[in-house]
Amino acid sequence: MFCDVCKSKEATVFLTQIIEGKMQKVNLCEGCSKEKGVNDPTGFALADLLLGLGAAQEIEKNPAGIRCPVCGFSQADFKKTGRLGCSACYDTFAEGLSGMLKNMHRGLVHTGKVPARLAVSRVRNQELSKLREELDRAVTAEQFEEAAGLRDRIRTLENEGREAEPAPNRVAELAEGEAEPLVPKPRQKP
Amino acid sequence: MKLSRIIANTGEWLSGSGPHDQIVVSSRVRLARNLKGKPFPGWAKKAERVAVLDEIRSAVEGLPEMENSFSERLEDLSPLEKQVLMERHLISREHAARGAGSAVVMNPEQTLSFMINEEDHLRMQAIRAGLQLEEVYAMINRTDSELEETLDFAFHDELGYLTACPTNVGTGMRASAMMHLPGLVMSEQVNKIINSVNKIGLAVRGLHGEGTEAMGNLFQVSNQTTLGETEEEIIARLNRVIAQILEHEQNARQILLQQRAETLLDQIGRAYGILCHAHSITSKEALNLLSFIKMGVDLSLFPSKSRLQVDELFIETQPAHLQKGLHAAKMGAEERDSLRAALIRAKLKQMPEPEIGKIPTNGFGNDSPATGENP
Ligand SMILES: [Zn+2]
Ligand SMILES: [Zn+2]
Repeated sequence: MFCDVCKSKEATVFLTQIIEGKMQKVNLCEGCSKEKGVNDPTGFALADLLLGLGAAQEIEKNPAGIRCPVCGFSQADFKKTGRLGCSACYDTFAEGLSGMLKNMHRGLVHTGKVPARLAVSRVRNQELSKLREELDRAVTAEQFEEAAGLRDRIRTLENEGREAEPAPNRVAELAEGEAEPLVPKPRQKP
Repeated sequence: MKLSRIIANTGEWLSGSGPHDQIVVSSRVRLARNLKGKPFPGWAKKAERVAVLDEIRSAVEGLPEMENSFSERLEDLSPLEKQVLMERHLISREHAARGAGSAVVMNPEQTLSFMINEEDHLRMQAIRAGLQLEEVYAMINRTDSELEETLDFAFHDELGYLTACPTNVGTGMRASAMMHLPGLVMSEQVNKIINSVNKIGLAVRGLHGEGTEAMGNLFQVSNQTTLGETEEEIIARLNRVIAQILEHEQNARQILLQQRAETLLDQIGRAYGILCHAHSITSKEALNLLSFIKMGVDLSLFPSKSRLQVDELFIETQPAHLQKGLHAAKMGAEERDSLRAALIRAKLKQMPEPEIGKIPTNGFGNDSPATGENP
């Protein structure tokens, strides 16, 4: 059996991973397993390895030619490296990424630790996006009285947010006020 | 603190003790963090990487627990020094390969280490001996909370901590235990056990044939998913799996002792014989034989005070460790093999000769069975 990475040497390291009943297998030669850091206790992830073996194609669900407005990263770059360019890339490539994240993880929403300074605003933002959805529904259903009430609550929350935290904490808003150019400018890999 | 001091001292995770440390060598938890609004290291320009390095490095060095820490830029370390740190798993292969704009910071006990500008801006890990993932997570979590007071980490309302690779997004946490499983390897059950317990997302280095490819019968068990569960849930899930493997290993050893005691003693005796008299030995052969000696210590065939010496040999016989302190040019493989054999002979000579003649009466009785949830 040949190594899945170099496809030339005999595979001696066999990796199996089962997530939610779905089995993934990778066979590697000694050299490639070292190179991929298989023995590294904290650095190694099989899904990571799979990214390099074709799983990164998935991001193509986004319209072709799209570039991250903050860092200039493209789909082609992701396909090559299996890594993203900056934190705003998560919003830029959100559509393609969500399918990939679903296959890799046990959920699509983070439920763990939140930085202390963001804890309050995060709850507020989640409440806001829920209210905005409700508002959309109310407007579509022509329930204008309810819509007006929702709009008031949204405004109140938005004002609270502005007072409590002048700096936006959403990555989508990173482009504002950052030193990075807003006009997409392709970067060269260092 | 100088690197030579770090290198000269065994890490606390190796010399210290912890629950079930006969079978669970060490517990580690790593957190990946990035600074908000800055491109990830793999995509950043050199000047951007250097700026991130300066900001994070001074924050890390300013932590109270990092007093007297060792801190060095990767470009200022020799290839041999990098490899020594790699063999101790204090830096990754990927990090070692990076040049300008990367650094490593660690405390003198080597229980906390920080890789700056590896794949992510910051990867910090805590490590302790034995099975104590909760305690290790508490350690690194405290450090993370201290750092977030000065560093603005990239955090997404839905996706959590953002990382260069989508496999780490969410908690950014990888928790792992290194397990010594000679019983499962000898009884040829290890593949079966691994396949039956890895219903949770975890990867284990597999085996080829009858265990000849397993380096020292050491296995890593780690979580592979980082999004959708809390850190505590991930660790609890991992602990349940580790407890199962631990129990299987204890049972396998017990059965070997009851049904194949002669084979067991033969293997340990032969390992001791070869290691005492070999004049050339590869790293792989050394690790596999040392694994039997380690099991011999667990069986009380060797005095318990030999445990640290044996454990240290697992690290000391690695290629870069062999050459540390020798300012000679890089050694060839043959030269290393004879140096390795000499080192092992010398170390074993310091240990009292084992009495590998009778089956120990108390067996592997020292390690009580794992309870699962709260080991
Ligand atoms: Zn290969
Ligand atoms: Zn980007």
